[in-house]
Amino acid sequence: MITESQKTPPSLVSKLIKMTAHQRVLAFASLIVLLIVFSIASPNFMQTSNMLAILQATSVNGVLAVAATLVIISGGIDLSVGTLMTFTAVIAGVLLTNMNLPLPIGVLGAILAGAFCGFCSGSFVAKMKIPPFIATLGMMLILKGLSLVVSGARPIYFNNTEGFDEISRGSLIGEVLPFLPIPNGVLILFIVAGVASYVLSKTILGRYCFGIGSNEEAVRLSGVNTDRWKIAIYAVAGGICGIAGILISSRLNSAQPALGLGYELEAIAAVVIGGTSLSGGRGTIIGTLIGALIMAVLTNGLRVLSVAQEWQTVVTGIIIILAVYADMMRRQKSK
Amino acid sequence: MMPLLVEMIGIEKRFPGVYSLRGVDFNLEKGEVHALMGENGAGKSTLMKILSGVYQKDGGTVKVSDQLTDFDGPKAAQKAGVGIIHQELSLMNDLTVAQNVFIGREPRSSWGVIDEKRLNSQASDIFKKMNFDIEPMTEIGSLTVAKQQMVEIAKALSFQSRVLIMDEPTAALNDAEIAELFVIIRRLKSEGVGIIYISHKMDEIKQIADRVTVLRDGEYIGTVEAKETPLSKIISMMVGREVKDEAVYIPDLSTQPELLAVKGLNRGKEIKDVNFSLKKGEILGFAGLMGAGRTEVARAIFGADPIDSGEVWVNGKLCQIESPSDAVAAGIGYLSEDRKHFGLALGMDVRANIAMATLNRFTRSLGALNEAEMSSIANGYIKQLGIRTPSDTQEVGFLSGGNQQKVVIAKWLLKDCDILIFDEPTRGIDVGAKSEIYKLLESLAKQGKAIIVISSELPEVMRLSHRIAVMCQGKLTGILPGGKETTQEQIMALATQ
Repeated sequence: MITESQKTPPSLVSKLIKMTAHQRVLAFASLIVLLIVFSIASPNFMQTSNMLAILQATSVNGVLAVAATLVIISGGIDLSVGTLMTFTAVIAGVLLTNMNLPLPIGVLGAILAGAFCGFCSGSFVAKMKIPPFIATLGMMLILKGLSLVVSGARPIYFNNTEGFDEISRGSLIGEVLPFLPIPNGVLILFIVAGVASYVLSKTILGRYCFGIGSNEEAVRLSGVNTDRWKIAIYAVAGGICGIAGILISSRLNSAQPALGLGYELEAIAAVVIGGTSLSGGRGTIIGTLIGALIMAVLTNGLRVLSVAQEWQTVVTGIIIILAVYADMMRRQKSK
Repeated sequence: MMPLLVEMIGIEKRFPGVYSLRGVDFNLEKGEVHALMGENGAGKSTLMKILSGVYQKDGGTVKVSDQLTDFDGPKAAQKAGVGIIHQELSLMNDLTVAQNVFIGREPRSSWGVIDEKRLNSQASDIFKKMNFDIEPMTEIGSLTVAKQQMVEIAKALSFQSRVLIMDEPTAALNDAEIAELFVIIRRLKSEGVGIIYISHKMDEIKQIADRVTVLRDGEYIGTVEAKETPLSKIISMMVGREVKDEAVYIPDLSTQPELLAVKGLNRGKEIKDVNFSLKKGEILGFAGLMGAGRTEVARAIFGADPIDSGEVWVNGKLCQIESPSDAVAAGIGYLSEDRKHFGLALGMDVRANIAMATLNRFTRSLGALNEAEMSSIANGYIKQLGIRTPSDTQEVGFLSGGNQQKVVIAKWLLKDCDILIFDEPTRGIDVGAKSEIYKLLESLAKQGKAIIVISSELPEVMRLSHRIAVMCQGKLTGILPGGKETTQEQIMALATQ
C-alpha cells in the first residue's frame, strides 16, 4: 500500500519542485547577483573578515525574522519582535548582573520571558479577537516602556558574567576549524532556522500554522482548537525573540533598553523579501534566511562602496518593493 | 421503514434578539437522501450547524443512532459519525489534498512530528476506496472546484460518517460535475449512508431526493415524498403562497435601434471571435457550461480585462473601452456574480451604495455631499424597485440577497446606464425573490434598457431571454430564439460541442 502511494507521476513531482523552488531561487539569485556586483565593485568586499561581518550582522535580524515568519505564515503579524528582543535582553541583565544568577538561568529566563510575552500577544489575538496588527502594536509599546522601567532607563552591563559575550562573539567552529572562525551568533541563527524549518514542515504546530494562515475557519470546523494553536504560535515566536535578545546583548555585552524599535520592520522586510506571503498560508524559513542575508549584504556592500547611510535605507526600501512586485508577477503568471 | 440515523425534535435556537429556529422537527433514515429546503434565512444552515456541533441548541432533543446527544463542537459530531460539507468550501488552499483531509488528526510519530508517508498513503487509500481520481500530494488550490468538492466529501466520509450533510454542494459545479456528484451520492446511499441535502435548485431535488422537509422563517412546515409531490407544491410550502411560473413574453423589436454590437472579440483562450448585437428593450441570455467564457465576455466588454482584438459599438459609435470607467461612461453597467465582493459596500447604508457610482452628482461646494438629495433619490428607487428595507440608512449587509441585488441595480440605473449586464443575477437568492428580480428585469427592458443575462441555470435563461446566445469553450456556438420554440436539449447541444 505504502509503496504504491509513494509512486507519484513524475510530472507532478517536478511541478511541485518547480513551484516551491521558484520562489526561493528568485531570492537566492538576487543574493548571488548582489555578491558578484559588490565583489567586482570593491576588492575589499570578498575578504573573509568582511563575509564574517555580514554573517554576524545577519544573526540578530535573522533570528527575529524567523520568529516573524512563523506568525506571518499563520496569517498574523508581530510588530513587537524588536522591543520584545530588548525586553528579554533587559530581563537577562536583571537576572545575571543585578541578581548575580548563573548564566544558564539568565538565558533561560530571557527565552521564557519572550515566550510569555508572545503568549500574551497570542491571547489578545485569539481570545480577545483583537486584530494582530493592533494587539502587537500595543505589545510593542508596552515592552518598550517596560524595558526602560525595569532597567531604570540605563544600560545593564554583563561584566560580572564570565563568558556572556562568548555566546555571540566566540567561535566554537573556529576552535575546531581555525580557518573558519564563524561566530557563535551565526551558528545559533542557523540552528534556530533549522529547527524552525523542521517544526514548520514536519510537525503539527507547523501544519496548523499553514492551515490557519490559509483558511482559519476551515481548520476550526475540522475540530481543531485554533485559538490554542494561534497562542502557541505567538508564544514560540516570542521565545525565539528571547534568543535574539541574548544574541544582541551578548554582542554588545550589555542590555540597551532604548534599542529595539525599528527591528520589527527589518525583520518583516526580510520575511517579505524571502517570498513569504503577508496574507498567510505560504512561506519558508530558508527564504527568510536569504531575505535577511540580502539585507545584510546590501547594507555592508553599500558601506564598503562608501555610499552614505541615508542612501542605504533608500535602497533597502526599493528592494522590498521590487521583491514583492516580482513575487506578485510570478504568482499572476502561475495563475 | 429503515432505522432512523438522526432524530431532531423541537429544536430551538435563538440569536440575540431573533428566533432562528422555533420547534423544528427533522429525521433521517438510513440510506436516504433527505432534502432540506426553504428560502434564505429559513434556518436550514442553522439546523445543520446544530446537528454538526458548530452551534449549540437552546432547546429540543437530538438523537444520533438512538443516542441522545448534545455536541459541544465539530469534533464531537465527527466522532458520532456526522460529517458536514459546508456551503462555502472549507479547505486550506495552500495545503495538499492529504493534509486537508487529515487536518486535526494527523498521524504522528512522536513529539508532534507528522508521519507524512502514512498521511499520504491513508489518503490515497480513502480515495481508492471511493473511486476518486485524486492525487493526495496535489495542492488544493490547483484543483478544479469539482475536485475540491470531492476532497470535501472524502474528508467528511473519512470520519466513518453515517450521516453526511451537504449544504448547497452544487452551487459551483457544472452539469457534468453535478452528474458525477450524483453518482457518488447514489453509491453512498446504497452503502447505507444517510444524506441531508440542502439546495435551491428544484430540478436536483426531483433527481436525487427521497423526502423533502421544508422550513420557513425558522419554523417546520412539513415533510413530503419527493417523487410524488409536484414542484409547485414544494415551492408554495417554501414561500407560503403559490408561485406561478410565467412564460416569457417576447416583444417585437424589429423597429428598435441597435444599442450594442460586439465584433470579433478575442482574448487568449477564453474568448474566440465572439460577435453579437443587442437591441434597445431586448434581453439577451447567455447560456453555457461553467468556464465556457460567458463571464469573460462580459468582463471584456466592460473593460475589466484587456482584450487581444475586437470592437465594441455602443449606439452606433465605436467605443474605445480600456477600463470599467470607460465602459460606464459609454453607458454600460456590469452587475457581478459576486455582489458581496464587487458590487456592494456591505458596511455602508442603502443610500450610500445607490449613490456610490454617481457621487460627483451630489457634491456641493467644498466637496460636501448633499445628503438630503441622495436620500430622496434613494427613496425613489426603494419605492420603484420594491427594495425591502426599513429606511435608506439601513446597512446593506443586513438586507436579504434579493434586496441587495436591487440596490446594485438602483446604483446602475442612477448612473444612467442603458446597457446592463447581469452575471448570475439570482445566485444565492431564494425562490420568491427570484421571480421579483425576473419581473424587474422585464420592466427594465420594457423601459428601453438593453439587458444581457448570464446564468448557469437553464430554466432562468429560458424564462427571461428574448434571444439565447450559447457559448462553448470561448466560442459563441449559436444564438437561439427565446420562448417555447427552444428546448433545453437544443441549448445543451450547442453548449457541449
